[in-house]
Amino acid sequence: MPVVLAAADLDALVQALAGRGYRVLGPVARDGAIVIDDVRRAADLPIGLEDVQGPGRYRLERREHGAFFAFTVGPHSWKQTFHVPVERLFQIRRHKEGFSVIPDEAPRQRIALLGARACEIHAIAIQDRILIHGEHPDPRYAARRSDVFVVAVNCMRAGGTCFCASMGTGPRAERGFDLALTELVEPGDHRFLVEIGSDDGAAVAAELPVRPANPEEIGAAASVSERTAAAMGRRLDTSGLKERLQKNLEHPRWDDVATRCLACGNCTMVCPTCFCTEFEDTTDLAGETAERTKRWESCFTLGFSHVHGGSVRSSIKARYRQWLTHKLAGWHDQFGTSGCVGCGRCITWCPVGIDITEEAAAVGLPEKDG
Amino acid sequence: MNVSSAPDPMLPEPLRITRAKREMHGVFTFELDVSARGGFPFLPGQFNMLYPFGAGESAISISGDPHQPDRLEHTIRAVGAVTRALERLGRGDVVGVRGPFGSAWPIREAEGSDLVVIAGGIGLAPLRPVVYHALRRREAFGKVALLYGTRTPDDILYRKEIERWRGRLDVEVEVTVDTAGSDWRGNTGVVTKLISRAAFDPGRAFAMICGPEIMMRFCARELERLGVSLDRIWITMERNMRCGIGLCGHCQFGPSFVCKDGPVYRYDRVQDLLLVREV
Repeated sequence: MPVVLAAADLDALVQALAGRGYRVLGPVARDGAIVIDDVRRAADLPIGLEDVQGPGRYRLERREHGAFFAFTVGPHSWKQTFHVPVERLFQIRRHKEGFSVIPDEAPRQRIALLGARACEIHAIAIQDRILIHGEHPDPRYAARRSDVFVVAVNCMRAGGTCFCASMGTGPRAERGFDLALTELVEPGDHRFLVEIGSDDGAAVAAELPVRPANPEEIGAAASVSERTAAAMGRRLDTSGLKERLQKNLEHPRWDDVATRCLACGNCTMVCPTCFCTEFEDTTDLAGETAERTKRWESCFTLGFSHVHGGSVRSSIKARYRQWLTHKLAGWHDQFGTSGCVGCGRCITWCPVGIDITEEAAAVGLPEKDG
Repeated sequence: MNVSSAPDPMLPEPLRITRAKREMHGVFTFELDVSARGGFPFLPGQFNMLYPFGAGESAISISGDPHQPDRLEHTIRAVGAVTRALERLGRGDVVGVRGPFGSAWPIREAEGSDLVVIAGGIGLAPLRPVVYHALRRREAFGKVALLYGTRTPDDILYRKEIERWRGRLDVEVEVTVDTAGSDWRGNTGVVTKLISRAAFDPGRAFAMICGPEIMMRFCARELERLGVSLDRIWITMERNMRCGIGLCGHCQFGPSFVCKDGPVYRYDRVQDLLLVREV
C-alpha cells in the first residue's frame, strides 16, 4: 500500500539511502540548468525551479510553489552514471617477450537515483538490454548497474518538448523502481505519495516517518499523472513508423532536414539511449606503456563511418538519416524496442531546434507544394 | 544482476608472428603462433581485430585454412595508420588479437551444390578459406569455380597458389586483369565477364563474392540473369568495425551490425540497401 511522506521529511529519505551506503545522485541546479550530481540533503534539490523548454530552448524559472520536482528532464541523463562518457579499458606494458594486457577492474559502487523519471527508467532498461542482456555483456556497465536503488518521481508537469505518452514510457513510472514519489503540492499541505516497488524499497520506507495513504491522496496522485499526460504538447504516431522510415530512405525530407542540421551531435550526447562509443589507443612518450580508452561517440561525426578511402556517410543528410532511422526503426530489429523514450532532450538541446517528432512524421508523406 | 565471467572480448590477446610474407606491393601476410592457446578455430569469412602496440585496431579477415586451426593467417593491405604500423612488424614481433568475430560463408549449406567463388583484388583473402575448404572436401561439392579479377598482373594475390589450383583438373580457375602490358596472355576486363563462361549449373549453384560493392552488385546481377537464385548468392560487406561485438555502433548497415550480423550476408537480404547511397 502507498504511504505518505511530508515534504518537510524528504531529507529523511536522502539520509536513509546515504546510511545504507548509497551514493545518492539526483537533480541539482547549476549553471542555469538542472543537472545530475551528488545530493547530500534534500535542500540540495532545485526547490521551486521549473524548466521552460522548447526546440533549441531551455530556461530555468523560479516559482512560488516550493516544489522539489516541478522541472522535467535536463541535459544530463543517467546514461552518464552507468554508460560513462570516458573510461579506460586496459593498459598494455611492453617487455622483452612482447606485451602484457592489464585490464582495468570493473567498478564497485552502490548508487541511489533520486528522482528518475518514467522515461529515464525506460531508457536505462533499453541500455541494459543492449549492454547487459546481449551476446557480449559490457562488464563495467554491468558492474555499475549491479547495486542501484531507484527512487522514481512521477512528473507533475509535461516539459515543453516531452512526448513520453506517445512512446508508452510515461509520465507515470509503472515498474523498475524501488520507491516512486508523486509530489502533491497544495496550499499548506506539501507531501509525497510513496509507492513501494521492491523489498528494498519497503525496507527503506520502513525507516521513514510515513503514514498510510488515504484514498483521496491516491486519487490525487493518479490525477497528477493524468494531467501531465493530457498537457503533453507533442506526439509521435508510432504505428507503422518503422516500416515507413525504412521504405523511405530517399525521401526528400532528408534533404530538407540536412539544410538545417549542423551535425553537432548534441542530440546523441543528450539522448539517454544512444550508446555508440569510440576507442582511443595511446602510448606514453617512451612507448613502453599503452592504453585503450572508450568514450562516447556520435554517428554525426565524419569519422564515425570511416573506412579506407573516406567516410561511408559523408553528407549530413546520410548522418541524420542514420540517426533517426536507427533510433526509431533499426533499434526494433536489433533490440526489439524503439530507441526513443520521448524525453524530448534531442529537441531541446538541438541548437537549431530540429524536432524528431516533426521529422519522423514528415518522412514518407507526399511532398508539400512550394 | 549477474556479471558475466566469460573472458572480456575487448581485451586483445598477444600473439607472436611466426611468418611474415610480402605478397605484393603494400600487401603482406602474417602467420601467428597459436600453439600455446591450442589453435585458433574460426569459420571461413570471420575476422579478427589486430592491434599493433599502441597504434589502434583494424578488422582483418582470417585468410588461412579452417581445417588447420594451428595456423592463424591474415593478409593485410597497408592503407591506414594501423595497417601501416602492422606492415612495420615482422617475424618474432607480437600483435594483439581479438576474435574471431562475424558471420561465415555458408560452406555447409553449399555442400551438394556447384560452388562459384568470385573475388576482386584483395577480396580473395576472405574467400581463400572457402577455397581451402572446398578443395579439402572436394567430393562434397559439384563443380567448383574460382573467378578472380584484379587490376594488373602484378596485383594477383596468392599467385603461386592460384597457379597450383589452376593445375588441378577438378577446379576451374579463371583470372582477369583490368589493364596489362603486351606480355600478358591472360584475360582482360571485369570479372563479371568470366561468369557466363564458367561451367556451373545456375539452378544448383552457390555463389560467394567478395570485392568492391559495385563489383559485387554487378556480379550478382549477372548471376541472377543466368538463373542463380538470389538467396544462394552471398557477399561480404565492409564498414568501420571497431569493437567487433555489436556494441560500439560504427559498422551499422541498415538495421544490422556488419561486425555481428555480417560481414557475410545473403544477397537478397541486403540488395535494396546496396542501391541507397551512403547507408
